Amino acid sequence: MSAHAAATPDPAGAPAGSGSGPRVRRSARFGWISFVIFAVVVALMALVPVTESVGNINNLTQLLILIVMGVTWNLLAGYAGLVSIGLQAFIGLGGYILLDLADNNAVQPFVALALTALLCGVVALVSSFVVFRLRGGYFAIGTWVVAEVFSLITQQINSLGGGSGTSLDALSYLEPITRLKDVYWAALICAVITLVGVYWLLRSRTGLALTATRDDEDGARSLGVRSTLTRRIAYTVAGIGCGAAGGLLLMSNLDIVPSSAYSVNLSAYMIFIVLIGGLGTIEGPVIGAVVFWYIQLEFASDGAYYLIALGALAVLMTLVLPGGIAGLIRRVTHVDPFPVGYTLASEEPTSGGAEGP
Amino acid sequence: MVWVNAVVQGLMLGGLYALFACGLSLMFGVMRTVNLAHGDLSVVAAYGSLALVDSLGWSPFLTLLIVIPGMAIVGLVLQRLVLDRALGISALAPLLATFGLSIALQNLLLQIDSPDSRILPIGSFGIGSWKISGQLSIGWFPLLTLGVAIVVLLGIELFLQRARLGHAMRATRDDPATAQLMGIDSRKIYALAAMLALATVGIAGVFLGMRTTFTPTSGSSYLIFAFEAVVIGGIGSVRGTLAGGIVLGVAQTVGAQINAADPILIGHLVFLTVLVVRPRGLFRSSVLA
Amino acid sequence: MSSLEVESIDVHYGDFQALWSVDVAVETGGTLAIIGANGAGKSTLLGAIAGSRRLSSGSIRFDGRDISDLPAHARVALGITLVPEGRRLFPSLTVEENLTIGAFRRRKGPWSLNRVYELLPIVANLRQRHANQLSGGEQQAVAIGRALMNNPRLLLLDELSLGLAPVIVQSLYAVLPEVSAEETTVLLVEQDVGQAIAAADRVQCLLEGRVTLEGDANDLDRDSIRAAYFGI
Repeated sequence: MSAHAAATPDPAGAPAGSGSGPRVRRSARFGWISFVIFAVVVALMALVPVTESVGNINNLTQLLILIVMGVTWNLLAGYAGLVSIGLQAFIGLGGYILLDLADNNAVQPFVALALTALLCGVVALVSSFVVFRLRGGYFAIGTWVVAEVFSLITQQINSLGGGSGTSLDALSYLEPITRLKDVYWAALICAVITLVGVYWLLRSRTGLALTATRDDEDGARSLGVRSTLTRRIAYTVAGIGCGAAGGLLLMSNLDIVPSSAYSVNLSAYMIFIVLIGGLGTIEGPVIGAVVFWYIQLEFASDGAYYLIALGALAVLMTLVLPGGIAGLIRRVTHVDPFPVGYTLASEEPTSGGAEGP
Repeated sequence: MVWVNAVVQGLMLGGLYALFACGLSLMFGVMRTVNLAHGDLSVVAAYGSLALVDSLGWSPFLTLLIVIPGMAIVGLVLQRLVLDRALGISALAPLLATFGLSIALQNLLLQIDSPDSRILPIGSFGIGSWKISGQLSIGWFPLLTLGVAIVVLLGIELFLQRARLGHAMRATRDDPATAQLMGIDSRKIYALAAMLALATVGIAGVFLGMRTTFTPTSGSSYLIFAFEAVVIGGIGSVRGTLAGGIVLGVAQTVGAQINAADPILIGHLVFLTVLVVRPRGLFRSSVLA
Repeated sequence: MSSLEVESIDVHYGDFQALWSVDVAVETGGTLAIIGANGAGKSTLLGAIAGSRRLSSGSIRFDGRDISDLPAHARVALGITLVPEGRRLFPSLTVEENLTIGAFRRRKGPWSLNRVYELLPIVANLRQRHANQLSGGEQQAVAIGRALMNNPRLLLLDELSLGLAPVIVQSLYAVLPEVSAEETTVLLVEQDVGQAIAAADRVQCLLEGRVTLEGDANDLDRDSIRAAYFGI
């Protein structure tokens, strides 16, 4: 992806091309710069409620939720090779679990948020045993059916407001302005945990197994990679992320209705975010979330035209710029700001003899 | 007798689902990809038919003469402009592109028409039925739908088994690179498969519109029903798709007898049960396996 | 006149160059064997002629016509047919359907289903079987029959002997004279040097993507072949 960035000699080892055989390294020289920028941005974001107006705080909370959703969807599609159009199952479920814990069982709402995310992970893990029987496009629709089932069941539960929806009361102990700020900070924490967690996961052995499986499942299996297990882990993590996003959405909007909590439009948003930002990159969904958030603020009032344009944009991005904005930046600058893969630091001259496939 | 009636009605509803499913099954069978705009394209066909009915005063049945070839051309364009490129990028790309198309189409229809529900008028034929007893009657139109579904599905199966191009389609499905070495241009085969699939989508859309009301966003549920029929029947089997559609239809109508609030949920649960118990489907055969 | 003229072609896989300025010429009705070790570029050469590998430079002419830019399926229409390495039958098709797929381009000529069944009687007994239920030797016989159904004027055979018992290999090579008798040019790739020399009238040896030896099958001595084969 970015051979240039990694071509610098490893400071700890012998210089490149010394004949000691191929050597493998992972972090590029831009890795730590990215982290400094990341830390500064997070710190600035944490200070936002001190300075910004109420309206802006709520908007930025929405942005952070979009980041959580985008990063999560990208983990599945970009790294595990699993396109799902049913992750709204866990977003809706997250909202309703939080509602039930906080309103019906008197759990402290912010504690309930953490519990919600974990419970959604458990449900994702269990449901993976059903949906993983399907592949490719059929997996995508299969997860959607699960979301529909959750939605239809939720509509039958009167204590959760049935089909017509209900509101969250548990946060009414807070002043409205305090509530907005607290929810904002909770969203920021969730976004940071999601980003750092996914980055850490991708740099772990699991991440390597995940991308190996995505690129060549049979090959990976033959090398002893437990493909299904690693995908299950990714799906569970996606469940946790979407559960948190769903809980945050409820804490931010206070209202919940099955038809929108489990709406397939949420999948559409995640897909737009990742396609615009850059599939299979760490920074892509963050960029995509910011762009999508801005588009939504500016144009959502245009209704259908706005969605026609987004749909057409998704088609175009897929066909013309599959790497999204992040891919474009990487191609122009040759910088991989968040390297998760391994790159060859030095290469032995290849001898002829190997015949291609 | 109420139950017998539910089963009979489900059988005929299943015909409509099978009609929806066969295009999905064919595209997956030949190109190994799923067109997520499948349902929305059928709704486009229904609106197209409605436009002809409104402007020319035709019967919806007559509009099939234009809708079927029209949708086949849409299939050709879809293949050449979107799928062909997307298949060359990655296995995920066709899904993402067709999902984007689905969102765009739904909202385009909302913009051109309205969120109001529409129906294709077929007069007394739509309500006519053959009364067998007080509680059991067979509607002419649902029966016709089932008949059309059987003819279309068996026609596709016969084509795949007997016709020269049907053989070429199966060969391309098995191994596109080797098919090229037999003189088969896989791009043409894919285009043909997309045209055939979209022609059946056109039929399904018009029959949907004659049976019940539709809105610009109706396509989503029919994509799901089509998909459930395919999986219940066994992925890749044409005859299985017909059986899968019927199982889903019966599950929904019998489900309505058990719990009138949510027949669709019962259909989904039957689907999930099949997926867990018999992941390869109930009626697997090897035509396109 | 030469039926096939390959002029100084290069083929790359990404950064790796598999063929270096390779020249091949075969007379109409002639049989040329390409020998060489594993990875010498033999299959790549056949792929380049059949159209499944792109050339980086050089040209391929068939009956005087430049076919370098034709896609594989269009070359089949001209009568260039490859029996690919590993047979590559279509598993969901029956044997007879596999054979009819071979005739997809409906080229006129001496070969038909009946004639193929006559030439390869074991295939005749397998008509209704699915290709994935056959033994390796049976599959190879079907693959040859499938290629003949195109009425080829140039038949490319890639590693016919791979993974098969010597008796079966002999019986497969035994059909080649009848194929050549129909004015079909044959280009075969073999690791089994003895088999290749016995079947061909000319031999060419590849080593790491370059031609290292060329000559009449009867004139070559073991030492020069060994030198060309191993590069020693």
